Amino acid sequence: MMKSKKWNIVLALLLMGTFTVQAQITGKPNFGKIAIIDATIHTVTEGTIQNGVITLNGEKIEYVGTDHSIVTNDYTIIDATGKHIFPGFMDSGTSLGLVEVNAVPVTVDNREVGNMNPNMLAFTAFNPHSASIPVTRVSGVTHVITAPQGGLVSGQAALMDLWGYSPDSMAIDATAGMVLNWPSAQSRGWGPRNPEQAEKRYKEAVRNLDKWLDNARFYEQMMNEYEADPMGKTKPEKNQQLQAMRALVQGETPLIIAVSGEKDILNAIEWSSHEDNSSLNIIFAGVEEGWRVAEKIAEAGIPCLVSTLYTPVRSYDHIHRPYENPAALMKAGVKVAIMTGEVENVRNLPFNAGYAAAYGMGIEEAIKAVTINPAEIFGISDRLGSLEIGKQANLFISSGDPFEPLSQIEQVFIKGYQIPMDSRHTQLFEEFLDRDATQE
Amino acid sequence: MKNTITTLLILAVFSIGTIAQEKGSVLIQNATLMTITDGIIENGDVLIVDGVITAIGTDLSAPSGVSVVDGTGKYVMPGIIDAHSHLNTVSTNEARNPVTAEVTMEESINPNSVSIYRALAGGVTSIHLMHGSANVIGGQGETLKLRYGVTQDEMRFDGAKRTIKFALGENPTRVHGQGNGIQPRTRMGVEQIIRSHFDEAIDYRIKREAYLAAKEAYEGDKRGRTAPPVPVAKNLRYDVLNDIIDGEILVHCHSYRADEILMLMRVFNDYGIRNYTFQHANEAFKVAPEIAKNGAYTSVFADWWAYKFEVYYSTAYNATILNENGVTNSINSDSNELIRHLNHEAAKTVRYGETSEADALKMITINPAKQLGIDEMVGSLEIGKQGDVAIWSGHPLSIYSKVEHTYVDGKKYFDLYMDPVDMRIAVDSEDSYTEAGFNTFIQGREEDSCMSDVFELIQQ
Repeated sequence: MMKSKKWNIVLALLLMGTFTVQAQITGKPNFGKIAIIDATIHTVTEGTIQNGVITLNGEKIEYVGTDHSIVTNDYTIIDATGKHIFPGFMDSGTSLGLVEVNAVPVTVDNREVGNMNPNMLAFTAFNPHSASIPVTRVSGVTHVITAPQGGLVSGQAALMDLWGYSPDSMAIDATAGMVLNWPSAQSRGWGPRNPEQAEKRYKEAVRNLDKWLDNARFYEQMMNEYEADPMGKTKPEKNQQLQAMRALVQGETPLIIAVSGEKDILNAIEWSSHEDNSSLNIIFAGVEEGWRVAEKIAEAGIPCLVSTLYTPVRSYDHIHRPYENPAALMKAGVKVAIMTGEVENVRNLPFNAGYAAAYGMGIEEAIKAVTINPAEIFGISDRLGSLEIGKQANLFISSGDPFEPLSQIEQVFIKGYQIPMDSRHTQLFEEFLDRDATQE
Repeated sequence: MKNTITTLLILAVFSIGTIAQEKGSVLIQNATLMTITDGIIENGDVLIVDGVITAIGTDLSAPSGVSVVDGTGKYVMPGIIDAHSHLNTVSTNEARNPVTAEVTMEESINPNSVSIYRALAGGVTSIHLMHGSANVIGGQGETLKLRYGVTQDEMRFDGAKRTIKFALGENPTRVHGQGNGIQPRTRMGVEQIIRSHFDEAIDYRIKREAYLAAKEAYEGDKRGRTAPPVPVAKNLRYDVLNDIIDGEILVHCHSYRADEILMLMRVFNDYGIRNYTFQHANEAFKVAPEIAKNGAYTSVFADWWAYKFEVYYSTAYNATILNENGVTNSINSDSNELIRHLNHEAAKTVRYGETSEADALKMITINPAKQLGIDEMVGSLEIGKQGDVAIWSGHPLSIYSKVEHTYVDGKKYFDLYMDPVDMRIAVDSEDSYTEAGFNTFIQGREEDSCMSDVFELIQQ
């Protein structure tokens, strides 16, 4: 008996060895009643508290304030004197967990074959054991929108937290947004080169999109009627694609429109103003030329997901344009969330926001753009995005300004779990800093 | 448009024969000086006269005619040097043979690329313009000064060491083995390509020298008793390989995995090659003691990893581990985006492993200068060095700091406060139909820039 158990362990270890590619090797989290005291607490929605106290009880924030007397003996106390506490940051545009090694096609699960894939769920392909997940979360990024790519409609993005062993336990919203790649009407180097051809191609794509939405609305109506009263009716045939679009046409699932150029942004605004589309809950993503038409985006009331660390899109653009785009949108009245568009380097989200802060947005607004703004845009601000009593306990302790690379992110909490602060990167550091040392 | 062409033609005609760089003079007063090699000087002055730093101290006065810049509250540091760039190449890869030592970036400089200006705006003054990584032995590099608005030749860094690009691992095996069905298909093949070419080059030199000696004897033999020797043709490729063996060319080797780094050090020890730099070197941290022992250098990304398999088992703590093990390391961009904020990339070495701020700054100044053989001329604020400096609004490692002025040879090439929107020198005809190079939402990367233009070539 003993012997076979032992062999089971050996076998398990061998199997682990085989699958280290996917292993997320970290320690165990602390969970329960935790009090962090004497830090500067940046609540985001309710000001900044000096020498504050924040207590976590299970998955939720139990108290935020200055009353130290509420911290009783049964709390694990973390002294954070001189430190800063922020809500966990959220990246509104990634393919984290869908792609492991981009150059190795068998590890790339964010791009399905086909032009219309509303039924493809990022949630399904999300690998909770991706090596990139611990690397990301120890930087203070606790939540991501992870999105599929390609085609006209790529599929549905999921809003995931970054602690757990199954997509089910990590999903805040498995259908957080339908990704639409806005068909460009611009002539491109790699696309149609004359404007008429580009316009024709654009119109065809939009006609196709409108047709799909019409079908989805019809399907939704038909299904609603059947579901309300199936008596005496033939059950309509189920169509996976149209079924997946029901929540979209109801306005429950947002439509994330990836759009970049001025002309395309204007087209997308015009399209979204059609009466047929009034039920859609539209978000723009990318929006590199948003600054050119910021007022119009604001007028349309469409929130934007943008990054800052890319080269100016036109050779004659000002050098700082990518850094300044979020501020330009914000100042026009657009609700802005900062994203990276990354896979393995989602950890650079604070730096994307830092550049936005330095170039017109200011630190306070840039903090919002990675916390409460994305939470509001994706309709989950009752649970995420700020340090308030009753919200999910997602937060981190930083030695200083979290946008500064010179600061250290010292401890991360995700839904109340005190996360082990290790990742492949820290583990390799520990192993190799003094490689040839022997035990003393 | 016609005017632009005429101007360029005139410039081109003028540049032939006489390469006279424009140099400037300036006195920067009362700033925090990050000297790099001699600590930080508070409230210090730097005087540049005719392109050379002539004085560093306090209360310096400007010689007549020299403009004065008030540096109160500002930071002055030497211009950033990027040891790995494809910023303004015309072409990057001569990807049709595993060994193309004879090609040079000297013939592939686009002096009009607006990317040059964008890099200046990030405080960069010199770059190492490199061949790509399609070939095991690619082409020779060119060290440039970012004198925006001059000709190809005038951009070249006078006195810089000659360099050459080598490449190991996935890129050459993919392009040649997988793509063209020839060696190398494996890391075994990569080693043998290098060894066999050095052996051939050595044999060639013996034969060529013997032939030249015989030819001289034959031509000097007035009585006609000597038989004419069989000619051994000049071979540029082998000549370059022999120059590497002779130490006249510094090797910069694209590499990722620890084992291939060890392989190249073994090979170079066998051929007596010294003073080389491992580029990218994501797994260099695994063999840091061996790299230090061999006196090799490394030039790495701050945090890129996992985009291809050979960088999957790597860490952003690479630079710190190398530095702590005594390896002279630089942080490079290999990207027209990262080159705009190499200060920020260097700052990441403080985040990842708590490298000191002083060492972090060395990784984008004096360390890359050593790797390019230009450290006697640039890379620190020292009297006698060239006047390549940038004035920063705050500490250069802070994300909130901006470059206010960038000087090359004492001449100002970037000014934050006189910064027009459109800084193109020549209008690219591509702009008329390529409206913009858009990113749109999720990007991800599967390549370093070292592979640019390879697959277009293969597809043709």
